[in-house]
Amino acid sequence: MLSMEFIVASTIAMLTAAGIYLVLRARTFPVVLGLALITYAVNVFLFAMGRLAVNLPPVIRSDAAGYADPLPQALVLTAIVISFGMTAVIVVMALRAWLESGNDHVDIEQPGSEGEQ
Amino acid sequence: MSLALIVMLPFLGAVLPALMIRAGRGACAIATGSVTLLAFALLLTHVPAVLRGEVVQVGWEWLPALGLNVTFMLDGLGLLFAGLILGIGLLIIIYARFYLSKDDPMGAFYTYLLLFQGAMVGIVMSDNILLLLVFWELTSLSSFLLIGFWRHLPEGRQGARMALAVTGAGGLSMIAGMLILGNIAGSYELSVILQNRELIQASPLYLPALILILGGCFTKSAQFPFHFWLPHAMAAPTPVSAYLHSATMVKAGIFLMARMWPVLAGTDAWFYLVSTAGLATMVIAAWIALFKDDLKGLLAFSTVSHLGLVTMLFGFGTPMAAVAGVFHIINHASFKAALFMNAGIVDHETGTRDVKRLGGLLFLMPITATMAMIAAASMAGMPLLNGFLSKEMMLEEAAQTSWAGQGWIVPVLATLGAVFSVAYSFRYIVHVFFGPKRDDYPAKPHDPPAGLWLPPALLVALVVLIGLFPETFAGALVRVAAGAVIGAQVPDFHLSIWHGFTPALWMSVVAVVVGLTLLRLYPRVRALWQAGPHPEAKAMFDAVIDSVVLASRLLVLGLHNGSLQRYLAFMIGAAVVLGFAAFFGTTHAPGGRDTLPVGWAVMVPWVMLLATALLGVVLHRYRFVALIIIGVVGLVVSIGFVYLSAPDLALTQISVEVATVILILLALYFLPKSSPIESTNGRRLRDALLAGVGGLGVGALAWAVMTRDFATLSGYYLEQAKPAGGGTNVVNVILVDFRGFDTFGEIIVLGVAALAIFALLDGALRGRIARSLEGWVPDDPVSADRHPIMMVVVTRVMLPLALIVGVYIFLRGHNMPGGGFIAGLVVSIALIMQYMASGFGWAQQQMRVDYHAMIGAGVLIAAATGIAAMVMGYPFLTSAFDYFHLPIVGEFELTSAMPFDIGVFLTVVGAVMLALAQLSNMGLRLANLPVNTRPMDFDPAALRADGGKER
Repeated sequence: MLSMEFIVASTIAMLTAAGIYLVLRARTFPVVLGLALITYAVNVFLFAMGRLAVNLPPVIRSDAAGYADPLPQALVLTAIVISFGMTAVIVVMALRAWLESGNDHVDIEQPGSEGEQ
Repeated sequence: MSLALIVMLPFLGAVLPALMIRAGRGACAIATGSVTLLAFALLLTHVPAVLRGEVVQVGWEWLPALGLNVTFMLDGLGLLFAGLILGIGLLIIIYARFYLSKDDPMGAFYTYLLLFQGAMVGIVMSDNILLLLVFWELTSLSSFLLIGFWRHLPEGRQGARMALAVTGAGGLSMIAGMLILGNIAGSYELSVILQNRELIQASPLYLPALILILGGCFTKSAQFPFHFWLPHAMAAPTPVSAYLHSATMVKAGIFLMARMWPVLAGTDAWFYLVSTAGLATMVIAAWIALFKDDLKGLLAFSTVSHLGLVTMLFGFGTPMAAVAGVFHIINHASFKAALFMNAGIVDHETGTRDVKRLGGLLFLMPITATMAMIAAASMAGMPLLNGFLSKEMMLEEAAQTSWAGQGWIVPVLATLGAVFSVAYSFRYIVHVFFGPKRDDYPAKPHDPPAGLWLPPALLVALVVLIGLFPETFAGALVRVAAGAVIGAQVPDFHLSIWHGFTPALWMSVVAVVVGLTLLRLYPRVRALWQAGPHPEAKAMFDAVIDSVVLASRLLVLGLHNGSLQRYLAFMIGAAVVLGFAAFFGTTHAPGGRDTLPVGWAVMVPWVMLLATALLGVVLHRYRFVALIIIGVVGLVVSIGFVYLSAPDLALTQISVEVATVILILLALYFLPKSSPIESTNGRRLRDALLAGVGGLGVGALAWAVMTRDFATLSGYYLEQAKPAGGGTNVVNVILVDFRGFDTFGEIIVLGVAALAIFALLDGALRGRIARSLEGWVPDDPVSADRHPIMMVVVTRVMLPLALIVGVYIFLRGHNMPGGGFIAGLVVSIALIMQYMASGFGWAQQQMRVDYHAMIGAGVLIAAATGIAAMVMGYPFLTSAFDYFHLPIVGEFELTSAMPFDIGVFLTVVGAVMLALAQLSNMGLRLANLPVNTRPMDFDPAALRADGGKER
């Protein structure tokens, strides 16, 4: 039976897989996108560690039936902002490397043994 | 306290010579000498207590959780060694002042020497074995600096490296052994370990610990087969050889065997390992010493031989042998340090230390010759000198020792060692000082200034005094030091010259007669030696090192060939392997937590997300498409957060998403718009496999966790958010209050990231890259209408609204979803929209804000909030809040978390704006586009003023 947990878990799996595949590409741009996808996956994963809840936001109310776990949410909130900083730095590094070398391969000077070209 | 000071003084004083060298070489030496003298004087104040049999102790806890404490103790053994180290150290400092030439950096030399001295004193006075290990490694390092002191000499550098490699490897072995030992005894304090002999020797780990510790001792004390580094270390300046390689460092291994004697000795394993190594070393090294033409080489192998002798004595494991060993340590230090200094004098004054070029110096250098004869005779074990006494005791012990049931092996080999010892000692005298005068000395030999011969003369005096009156000058020290080694009642003994016609005396007589005969027949003996094999230890060592380097190079370059793709594949592969290893190592019962049902409304975004992610992989080479896909994924994830009761996350995610896409778009302006096809099919299959397995593993893990119940900490936060934090939005209260310190760290990281981006791009705007990009043309056609009127108008109307929304989100954050992070992102996006709509030039004119200062101000405000709490006497970042009544507004809450959140807000706005604005600024500058000063390229108002003419 399809459940919310399965949906979230499969989402995490898909995002991770797509992220890993892109991170392993040879050009900087897909690597940046891959990292972004892995970031989503990790954030959702961390969030899911507080288990899932529907319609129970962690905002104190007298008539609330219960609350979702606020702690992972707080952690993930800062994680999202920090990962923005990380993505920004990596994008700019990729840009600078491209401007410096005119080459956007992840290994600007490719090792001879790696027959990637 | 003064005990710790004895150890610390050389370390503290090590800066003095480096400073004092400016005041001249004499002042430098005096400063260094005073440091050592002071430490020596402090040591002497403890002598009465130690001689009474007390153990002086002092200590502080350092890392009690690791068992690492700064504890020092001074007993008889420590006193003996510390006395040798500081006393001979003082003589060496004087000697070195006159030995080193004007070109040598004397300040550095004395600094290294004091560092070494401190480390040695640390070893002999540490009570904690972990602390001892620290000092042990320090001696290896500082001796490396000293051996390689003449860094212009290749032998010096090679010798230093070899010494460091061998003693360093031994040090590693020692660490392992000591950890095992401490583990068995349950404490790393020597005073505790020494009480646990039965426990340690009964442990199955006794043998590994013993072997590992002996590995450290044997390498340090140059025991066979690790003896080869010591002769190569003779490339050091002679004061170093005299200090490190006769009296101190090479005795560190001996010291440790003595220190551990009460717990490790007395077993068969100890006897066979230690006494055999010692015996072999003694005989082999003495034999080699006989044929060394370099004076220091001869003394080096003789030192190895004598260290072997002491090792053998400790290896016997009997109390009386330990007494003999302790006595020989004193005697050897005195005559050998004197001989090294003597060899240095000969070298200094004649210009060579090659025995073949020397001879006949007796009347040219009478003082030097006299001292050499006394010290060398003591080394040979001639009566009335101290070397004789301890050698007699050694032979006496050897005569009583049977090895593997054979009573003759040890006495015969010990006598053989003594024979060689007599031969090389007299060779030092006869071949250097006797014989005809020569006329081809490289320099004109004469006795040196007093500064060079006085220090060894003092030691020679000691050699004679102990030799004549052993009980008076050494009895008490030997007794108390041997007592510390044995750890029990010292056997009754009396140090004296005459013991009657004992077997040892006859062995001595044989040794002297045969030894002198060998020397008489020296040319023939030497021819015999030259016919035999001469395994060259250095070549073997180099071969071993070369093969180790080759192996590690193969391994490292195989894994680490400079390709990011390969590293990442290895990392991900390793993570997958570890994850699955853990998975197969546990049970796999399904979780029992109830799952949440799903409706069709949830299925649609789910399918959309899976499909877009897959599409992103397939279409990743078309970069704009891939970027849009990333945006879609982010959007669906934010919707998911809304649905799953995380409104704060949803708000954050969606605003971050916008900022990220804008940022990547700006970068894509310069980057190629598509990726070439370059992966082979095999490579793609490998990556797909890794990705599939990795994704499956992470997803399964998430599933496993989510379907199980858990105990959360969050109950506390939910209960305390309102009463303690003054807010109802628990997530925000956690961020700005409960876990405020984390948040504080994170805004700093964000600020640093923005500054790094600024620096990276600012560098690109100058110099080579800027010049090479001057003729750069955008890849894609540029819109003729760079600032479309619709967008300008809409964003300008939206700006105040967006800012108000930002303020609203910020203000309500403490009680409803929102807060500084989200408000900061929303405001940044609103501002960025202005840049996009009207261009960088115009927007920058309107926004006269320094984003650097904004980041700094944000961090400072957040810090000030925290410090304000400290001023009030609470821990950092403790929050306070209260309710106030205002006439119109009504009940009104003020919380100290509010300024903290303002700090967060400012940092986020500053960081995002700095990064994005700098990136767009760069685009503008490099693309050589005109800088607009008006909001639109086609300004309708301007057109009207122009009378409707087309510009």
